[in-house]
Amino acid sequence: MKILVGYKRVVDYNVRIQVKPDGSGVVTEGVKLSANPFDDIALEEALRLREKGVATDVVVATIGPADCQAHLRNGLAMGANRAIHVVTTQAVQPLTAARTLLKLIEKEQPDIVILGKQAIDDDCNQTGQMLAALWNRPQATFASKVDINGRNARVTREVDAGLETIEVDLPAVITTDLRLNEPRFIKLPDIMKAKSKPLETIPLESLAVESGDHLKTTHYAAPAKRSKGVMVKDVAELVSLLKTKGLV
Amino acid sequence: MSKVLIVAEHLNGKLNSSTARCVTCAQAFNADSIDVLVLADTPAAIAAEAAAIAGVSKVLTISHSANAHAIAAVYAPQVVAAAQGYSHVLAPSTTFGKDLAPRIAALLGVAQVSDIAEVVNAHCFKRPIYAGNAIITVEAPADAVLVATVRTASFAAAAAGGSAAIEALNVSAELPAHTRFVELQQGKSDRPDLQSASRVVSGGRGVGSAENFAVIYQLADKLGAAVGASRAAVDAGYVPSDLQVGQTGKIIAPELYMAIGISGAIQHLTGIKDAGTIVAINKDGEAPIFEIADIGLVGDLFTLVPQLEAALG
Repeated sequence: MKILVGYKRVVDYNVRIQVKPDGSGVVTEGVKLSANPFDDIALEEALRLREKGVATDVVVATIGPADCQAHLRNGLAMGANRAIHVVTTQAVQPLTAARTLLKLIEKEQPDIVILGKQAIDDDCNQTGQMLAALWNRPQATFASKVDINGRNARVTREVDAGLETIEVDLPAVITTDLRLNEPRFIKLPDIMKAKSKPLETIPLESLAVESGDHLKTTHYAAPAKRSKGVMVKDVAELVSLLKTKGLV
Repeated sequence: MSKVLIVAEHLNGKLNSSTARCVTCAQAFNADSIDVLVLADTPAAIAAEAAAIAGVSKVLTISHSANAHAIAAVYAPQVVAAAQGYSHVLAPSTTFGKDLAPRIAALLGVAQVSDIAEVVNAHCFKRPIYAGNAIITVEAPADAVLVATVRTASFAAAAAGGSAAIEALNVSAELPAHTRFVELQQGKSDRPDLQSASRVVSGGRGVGSAENFAVIYQLADKLGAAVGASRAAVDAGYVPSDLQVGQTGKIIAPELYMAIGISGAIQHLTGIKDAGTIVAINKDGEAPIFEIADIGLVGDLFTLVPQLEAALG
C-alpha cells in the first residue's frame, strides 16, 4: 500500500507575524520556515501505518520554490521513502494545489492521501476536500483516529458536535487534526540517511495544470486591536465591574 | 444581481444558528434573494425553522435517506445540482461547512473564499489568515459562482419573523456509496452550546487536571454559561476536544468570556477576539491573555474562582 503525504512549508508557528506597513503582504524575509504542523502529523500517521505493516511506501510531496528541497529532506529524514518536489516560484491557491496533487495521484496511484486539514499560513482548510472531489473519492477530514481494515478506513473526525466516525472505501483522502498523533523528532543519523533518498523534481508547468488561482488578495492589514483593559485587585472589584456592564 | 444559496446546517432535526448567521452575511452585500437549502432525510421541521428566519426568500429541501447525515461527498453533488442559476453558495465556517464547501467549489471548478469575516461587496471580502494575525481583502471573479464559508462569530444571527415559502426539490445527482456514517459521540450536557452561548467560561492548563475542571463547570453553571477550554487543556486530557476554542477549534463571540488559567497563546486568542467582554484570571501577571482582556485579575484560580462563584450569589 502506498501513501502520498502533502507536505507544505510555511512560516513557523512560533513566528510573530508582522504585516508590512504598505499592506502588500506579511514579512516573510528572514523568518523561520517549517513544515506546516498539520502536515507533520500527516507524515507521522503515514509512517506509523508503514511501521504497522499497513503501508510499504510513503511519498512526501510539496509544491513550492527551489529552496523547498531542504524542507523535503526533513520529510525524508523523518522517514518518508521518497519525495516529489513540484517546483514553482508562485504561491498556489488550494484549487491549483488540489489539481496539482491530482496529477501526482494519477502518476503514483496511492491508496491513501494524507494532508493537513489546513495550512497555518492561509488557514484555508480546502485542499484535501477539493482533491477528494476532483479525484471522485471519499474524504475523511479533521481526523483524530485512523484505522485501516483491508480496503476500508475507519476514521474518527473532530467535529463541532463531538467525535464522528465514518467508514470510507480506499483510495481516499484523509486530512489530519491536531490530536491524531504527536510527530517524532528527527534524529541526526536520519538527516544523513535522507541525503541519499530519492527526491524527484517536477516543474509545475510540465504538469499542464489548469490554474485555479482565481482569488486576488488586494490588501493585508494588521488585525484591529482590542483596547487595553483594566486590572482589578480582587473578586469584589471584578464583580462590581461586571455588574456595571450588565454582564452578571 | 446576487442570488444566494445557503446550505443549512442542522443536527438531530434542529437547524443550527450558523445558518441564520450566513443570512446576515448575505444581507451585508445586499443580496437580491437569499434561499436556504436543506438536505436531510426528513427536512420538514428544519425547513420550517429556516423559513422563519427574517430575510430568507425561499427554502428548498432535498429529502433523501442518504442525507440523514452530513456526508460531504453525498451532499456536494446535490448542492451543485441545486446551485444552478445562483451567484453565491454560502455555508457556515463550522466543521460542517469547512468539510462541505471546498468539495462543492472543486466540483464547480471555482476557488473558495474561507472564513468571510467582513463584507466589502458581493465579490470582495475580508478574512483572517495566520491565525488572525493578518486580515486580507480578497476579490473573487464576478463572472463565476462564488463559494464561501462564513465566519459565524463575525455575523449576528438574522432574527426570526420570516415566512418564506418551502419548496421540495428533485435533483438528479449520482450519490456515492463509498463513504458511510458510523456514529457520532456527542458530549451530553445540559449546558448552553459553546458555539452560540452568550456567556462562556473556559479553563486552561492552569486548571491542572480533569478533576479540577469542576471549578470551571461550577462557575459556568452559576452564570448559565457554556464551558470551553484551551488547546493545552484538551491535549492534557482535562476535557473533550469539542470544547476547544481557538484557531483550530471553535471560533466564538460570546458577550462575556472568562479565561481561567489560560495563558493566551495567539492560537487561542484568535478564537475569542470578537467576544464582548473578556475577563482573565491567571496567576502569571505577565501572561499574554492580559494584553487582550478587558478585565484582568492576577491570582490563584483555586482561591479566586470559588470566591467569584460565592460573590455571584
